[in-house]
Amino acid sequence: MSETLSLAKNDSSLEASSDEKMEEEPSQINWKSIVKPLSLIVGGFLLFFFLPMDSVRFTNSIVESLALAKWYAQEHVLLCLVPAFFIAGAVAVFVSQGSVMKYLGVGANKILSYGVASVSGSVLAVCSCTILPLFAGIWKRGAGLGPAIAFLYSGPAINVLAIILTARILGPEIGIARAVGAIIFSIIIGLFMHFIFRKEEEAKAAAAMHMPEPEVERPLWQTILLFAVMVGLLISATWGKPEQVGGFWSAVFAVKWLLAGGFATLLGILMVRWMRVKLYKLIFAIVAVLVPALLIPQQPLIAFSVGLVAFVSLLTTTRGETESWFTASWDFAKQIMPLLLAGVLVAGLLLGKPGSEGLIPSTWISGLVGGNSFWANLFASVVGAFMYFATLTEVPILQGLIGAGMGKGPALALLLAGPALSLPNMLVIRSVLGTKKTAAFVLLVVVMATISGLIFGHFF
Amino acid sequence: MDIKVLGPGCPKCQQTEKIVKDAVAKSGVDATVEKVTDTLAIAEYGVFGTPAVVVDGEVKSVGKIPKKEEVIGWIG
Repeated sequence: MSETLSLAKNDSSLEASSDEKMEEEPSQINWKSIVKPLSLIVGGFLLFFFLPMDSVRFTNSIVESLALAKWYAQEHVLLCLVPAFFIAGAVAVFVSQGSVMKYLGVGANKILSYGVASVSGSVLAVCSCTILPLFAGIWKRGAGLGPAIAFLYSGPAINVLAIILTARILGPEIGIARAVGAIIFSIIIGLFMHFIFRKEEEAKAAAAMHMPEPEVERPLWQTILLFAVMVGLLISATWGKPEQVGGFWSAVFAVKWLLAGGFATLLGILMVRWMRVKLYKLIFAIVAVLVPALLIPQQPLIAFSVGLVAFVSLLTTTRGETESWFTASWDFAKQIMPLLLAGVLVAGLLLGKPGSEGLIPSTWISGLVGGNSFWANLFASVVGAFMYFATLTEVPILQGLIGAGMGKGPALALLLAGPALSLPNMLVIRSVLGTKKTAAFVLLVVVMATISGLIFGHFF
Repeated sequence: MDIKVLGPGCPKCQQTEKIVKDAVAKSGVDATVEKVTDTLAIAEYGVFGTPAVVVDGEVKSVGKIPKKEEVIGWIG
């Protein structure tokens, strides 16, 4: 017994010293890999622990957020967004980038290059990360700083999808003002930058820019017709119900689905003639759409959705351009839908809708950016310039702001300064342009946005 | 053989780099593949868009993700 006891004593003293030894060894826990997930879990826990479910404002905001998402889903996704994705995809695939680039190269006519640069932003820079290298190329090897700046601004500002959604949700006046403003801006800002820094503009390198391989190009009139038909389809499908009955607006509203059907059929015929789509498939598609159109005319969304499905099958079962068209459209949808959903939920949560408040009291909004004062416009421009807006999210956010009391002038100012600039974006531009030019660029954008806001707010 | 993949770091450029590396491995050609991410350096090549692929100083593809077979064709 005593042996066991003394053995036990020896064992425990052995353990004591090996305990001390263990404390000196490095920890088994890899804190580096734990910090992030742990903070997320703790943060999430704290968030839900303190969730202000008693606050009426809070629960209302949640409801508003969900209600806004539903409204978007019901009113805008099928009729407006999906066709817009197809139009944007068509721009990416059918507009010949080579022929556009000719106007931005070294020998290009200076006046023309500004004009082309101001509209071609979203045509050429389909991937947002392409904008900077292309901008640098146009600056150093092509038409120069002015057109390059025009291009840099116009790329995000004249985003086809954003303009379509802006017009649809915020109203055609703002949509058009945004498009026109962005084009005019980019030219003016480009010209200013060229003027301010003209002494620094050295002779361009003689080497030309590398154009993409010349593809077999469709004649320009065909491309124009294609887009005209698609835009016609989009506009007829989204033609709103006018408040007063009678007059041109109502007349069009009465026949909007006939018009949409007409444009769709025309589009189908063009696809058969120019894109190798088989005629029997088109006929099949038309019949498929006519069935719900005639049997359930009170729910035009059903026929429209069948039409969309039929269109996609026409695109994907025909080899060649139609497949690229589908892929380009799908890429846009994949990238943008999650962002838009997030933007809508956040906008609804923070800003609510006219009549029901979100988390941010509308008195704050109308106090800061209501009316059309110089300060309101300036504030909106500056906030827009620094704040980051993921593609299209500016629309639901602006919708919320306007509903909470923001004036139309400041709204336009935000639309013109917002998408093109953000703090992270400014830092990247600075790495290419240098601080002075970047500062000049930002200043010009803010000033122009403020002025445009003032003018627009005054007249509308 | 010296291959450069030009791109500031978006998913399309990373995909292009992967395709180029796969093509080099498949064809067994001895080539170095280098990714160029600096905007001004990319502009020096005079390409109009990224991703872009330059083989031995010659610009082969601009503004789109090349297919693996195309890349194999360039490196022969």
